[in-house]
Amino acid sequence: MEKFEKITGIAAPMPLVNIDTDMIIPKNFLKTIKRSGLGVNLFDEMRYDDDRNEIPDFVLNKPQYREAQVIVAGDNFGCGSSREHAPWALADFGIKCIISTSFADIFYNNSFKNGILPIVMPQEVVDVLMSDAEKGANARMTVDLEAQTVTTSDGQEFPFEVDAFKKHCLLEGLDDIGLTMANVKDIDAYEVKMAQERPWV
Amino acid sequence: MTAPKTLYDKIWDAHVTHEDADGTCLLYIDRHLVHEVTSPQAFEGLRMTGRKVRAPEKTIAVPDHNVPTTLDRVSGIIANEESRIQLEALDTNAKEFGVHYYPVSDIRQGIVHIVGPEQGWTLPGMTVVCGDSHTATHGAFGALAHGIGTSEVEHVLATQTLIQRKGKNMKVEITGKLKPGVTAKDITLAVIGETGTGGGTGYVIEYCGEAIRDLSMEGRMTVCNMAIEGGARAGLIAPDETTFDYVKGRPHAPKGAQWEAALNWWKTLYTDEGAHFDKVVTLKGEDIQPVVTWGTSPEDVLPISAVVPSPDDFTGGKVDAVKRALDYMGIEPGQKLTDIKIDTVFIGSCTNGRIEDLRAAAAILKGKKIKDGMRAMIVPGSGLVRAQAEEEGLADIFIEAGFEWRLAGCSMCLAMNPDQLAPGERCAATSNRNFEGRQGRGGRTHLMSPAMAAAAALTGHLTDVREML
Repeated sequence: MEKFEKITGIAAPMPLVNIDTDMIIPKNFLKTIKRSGLGVNLFDEMRYDDDRNEIPDFVLNKPQYREAQVIVAGDNFGCGSSREHAPWALADFGIKCIISTSFADIFYNNSFKNGILPIVMPQEVVDVLMSDAEKGANARMTVDLEAQTVTTSDGQEFPFEVDAFKKHCLLEGLDDIGLTMANVKDIDAYEVKMAQERPWV
Repeated sequence: MTAPKTLYDKIWDAHVTHEDADGTCLLYIDRHLVHEVTSPQAFEGLRMTGRKVRAPEKTIAVPDHNVPTTLDRVSGIIANEESRIQLEALDTNAKEFGVHYYPVSDIRQGIVHIVGPEQGWTLPGMTVVCGDSHTATHGAFGALAHGIGTSEVEHVLATQTLIQRKGKNMKVEITGKLKPGVTAKDITLAVIGETGTGGGTGYVIEYCGEAIRDLSMEGRMTVCNMAIEGGARAGLIAPDETTFDYVKGRPHAPKGAQWEAALNWWKTLYTDEGAHFDKVVTLKGEDIQPVVTWGTSPEDVLPISAVVPSPDDFTGGKVDAVKRALDYMGIEPGQKLTDIKIDTVFIGSCTNGRIEDLRAAAAILKGKKIKDGMRAMIVPGSGLVRAQAEEEGLADIFIEAGFEWRLAGCSMCLAMNPDQLAPGERCAATSNRNFEGRQGRGGRTHLMSPAMAAAAALTGHLTDVREML
């Protein structure tokens, strides 16, 4: 996995609450057997009309947000389906960080595994960041994972919390399976014990 | 003396294989269910790294999301090339890695969350995962079951564990008795209406109370299935005699002395007196009415007797979301829900595609005809559910009423196969999500119970099923 570096980039405002993973990547794009190439279909039904023309009002179609690396979103972002195609599509588009008051659990976990940092902030901070994002391309937000801070274009700095293990994996770009294999003796021992205690499993 | 534990605490503790100082755990996974949409990249990852499936005997694969449900699939016709490739990939992967597999041609094929319990793969006290958010269904057995992403699918295939931190405990109690016409679907929708779609985020829900105890296993699966729609990764119901009766004799359930040993352990799987819950929600069973969704989030729930709400009834970010939902759904504030006309009925899905659901629909449809011009389909949750419905004479009732009688699959719940809504079409659906575009771009979905969907098929509009009892 790619390491998460400190980023300074454009933030796109998406204040809608309950943005679900069906919105992020509709089901017709789940038929792929690859992880790549989904960025063009990110938010497909909101982004294109029936004739596949871009809908100019949609935030990521606006000239100032086409290169966005951050999304500031309404509450409960990523709810619904467990499809990891959602973070794949976001990452492929170039999104590296999403900031909201809350995230759905499965989406939250899936993001870390694809080099995307989801940040939970209180409502009043999200309101400030949303206003900053609405300024457009000249307002560049800085996200520093090492320092655990988000800094607005006018220099307001806000700290955030993140699980230490997840932070470490994201900063180093670590592969979870490799980490788990370091504890394979514990898994072996558990299986031996369970063959005695719960042989029906 | 140890501190009192919740059911979730007990199952969690029984599966921790390794714990780091910061509380990050490796949780052992007893059953891994796999379908064609979220697994190809995971199997490919194993190939690229030269890894094997650690426990193929605990891994069960079945195609469900993409499969056509029309009868011509029996002859192997899958017109959509991408779907065909994905189904072929599952076939190849299942055989190459040696996992249990129910192909499309097998009568036991069906929706993964219906097949698992039906075949006795899902047992009390287990950990069950699948690359599908409705894995919560299996919590009905007192199993800790939740959806995972594809990276985690690969992790479980390779290590039979998941890296996890423990969630919080939430109790949802439904007291008393349900009134006639009120079902498990109404319970689970009413709970989401109460908590909101984010209310369960970070929690594992234990459903309890007399109304839950009184439910069959089918009903309990319906309740737990939609825990995820309330934001909770998992929903649980403590196993009891209803559970044990359902499990006994299933193909992969323990037998003989092992059954007795299993039963002894299963009987310890309940929340201890005095155990701590971080959050408690209580509803009175007798207050729950037949409900429908009116908007584009499962939390947009109202009793069928209500009217469409106004954005003014809400606060914060929900105001704009409601404006958008009313526009998308093509309905007006103040409109009676029973005045909303529908043109499509879909009965099926992992929420309501089991035999009891089909019986409930048949009871309403018996000897009647659906409204002229209505497109109505019943998609059983598995080949075995379909066979049983035919044996019980339910299929004849559906066909005579004017329903299409389909083969098993996820079908119009997420419309990855050809079963889709056209823009502007409006569907009474027994599935689990009413998101924008869920059943087809521009399609409009109202969620409800099988009996309510059957009633709407007869009248052509959202209908209070209690008037037909």
